[in-house]
Amino acid sequence: MADLAAGRTGTVWRSRGGEGRSTRTLRLRTSAVLLTATVLAVLLVPPLVRLDQQAVDLAAKLEAPGWDHPFGTDDVGRDLLLRCVYGLRVSLLVGVAAALTATVVGTAVGATAGALGGWVDRGVMRVVDALSSVPHLLMGVFIVAMFRPGVWPVVASVALTHWLSTARIVRAEVLSLRARPHIDAAVSGGASRWRVTVRHLLPGVLPQAATAAVLMVPHAMWHESALSFLGLGLPTHTASLGNLIQEARGSLLAGQWWPTLFPGLFIIVPTLAVAGLAGAWRERINPRRRSELML
Amino acid sequence: MLDLRSVTAGYDKRAPVFRDVSLSVAPGEAVGLLGPSGCGKSTLARVAALLHRPDAGTLHLDGTPVRHWRHRAPREQRTAFGVVFQQARLSADPRLRLADLIAEPLRATGRREGAAGRVAELAATVGLTADLLTRRPHEVSDGQLQRACLARALVLRPRWLVCDEMTAMLDASTTAALVRVVEDYRAATGAGLLAVGHDRVLLDRWCERTVDWAALTAPTTPAPTCPPGTNKVRRGN
Repeated sequence: MADLAAGRTGTVWRSRGGEGRSTRTLRLRTSAVLLTATVLAVLLVPPLVRLDQQAVDLAAKLEAPGWDHPFGTDDVGRDLLLRCVYGLRVSLLVGVAAALTATVVGTAVGATAGALGGWVDRGVMRVVDALSSVPHLLMGVFIVAMFRPGVWPVVASVALTHWLSTARIVRAEVLSLRARPHIDAAVSGGASRWRVTVRHLLPGVLPQAATAAVLMVPHAMWHESALSFLGLGLPTHTASLGNLIQEARGSLLAGQWWPTLFPGLFIIVPTLAVAGLAGAWRERINPRRRSELML
Repeated sequence: MLDLRSVTAGYDKRAPVFRDVSLSVAPGEAVGLLGPSGCGKSTLARVAALLHRPDAGTLHLDGTPVRHWRHRAPREQRTAFGVVFQQARLSADPRLRLADLIAEPLRATGRREGAAGRVAELAATVGLTADLLTRRPHEVSDGQLQRACLARALVLRPRWLVCDEMTAMLDASTTAALVRVVEDYRAATGAGLLAVGHDRVLLDRWCERTVDWAALTAPTTPAPTCPPGTNKVRRGN
């Protein structure tokens, strides 16, 4: 009451809101800086730094991090910093390509099921349920084992096992939108099923699909790493993060921690950065959340 | 003639919202349908406008039996109706500017040429200024948005108008303006009207004939228990 009488209530609210905002801003900025640094490193280092990531120097094998090699060297003397950047390049390519493919497939399937409804919806969603019941890493291993090792079989393996969640999200959102009067108004106005889907339903689900796609990029990178770690992903001479960790397993037991730590960090840091950005974006596009933030 | 005979409809076949309801609207006639919230009058209006398939009963439109609803209905039958819903916010696509909202039925039916002129003409009729036409739904008031929704309902020159509690959320002056627009349109085209509402005074003054829902049928299930408003957003068939 004393606060109220003194007119300090507004100050208390503002201070709480400001504190939350500063934490969110810090998270957003940190994520943006880390992701920008990662993307710039991946895009610029290979063409600008004319160093051979495959160059072997047996005299300098398994050197600890130092001035010459900031991340140390691996068991044949290759520079780990350079190998990690090249590995991240491949992993990001796989992640982005797989996430885009999975999102396009998932959105198409989910929107079709939701927009058509009835037995098409029931049939499609039972297929999705059936596919979801198989562990996706297992199915991914099965898919990738059918092809010769390379980037595109890994992309196909990750994409074909990850469109299911997007299809579910999109279908649920389409069902929710389909029940709204503005869709009734479009039907009454002579719009075809195709037009209703493309003009009114899909634009409504795009923010959710885009968020799912962004969050899927690090997830796809993890899968690429897992497949490569199992020896089923990219060819062993290709510097992918999974391959680097897989090759370094033996030296970890011998006490050399750097060949596994740095590739691991290269997986974790972009993952957290993407998650931080996606979280900030979700808060930004959600009007209800936005109005809460303004309190 | 818009003729609904022995219609049973709802959202669960085992527990329809109403049974055996019959209602006729003659060409050029204005019929008011009066009933309490949740009784099923909006569902009946959706059946009449070909937006909800009934579980039983028949609908004849100008002597032709209607066999399909929603997308399966022929486009000529669907567009014979102009529908105005109660909640303008929910019945307007939030991404479309008001001009696009009004023109949408013209574009959907392939009549793009002349759309701008028709939109300007209707905007003047319903009282929307040019600057409002460039705004999105969240940038205008409920009354302004409902005016745009009425313009959208009239843009294809329908033979029948279904107004489902069109003025329930509006002030008296906007209500009077919208009713005047509907009546002017009917006077010019001879369109029939089914106006659904729970304001007896308004419907008595607006329509030539007011039908009380209780006179059409007795509820088959225990009195509707859905909270007010929940009957407005339902999944179509």
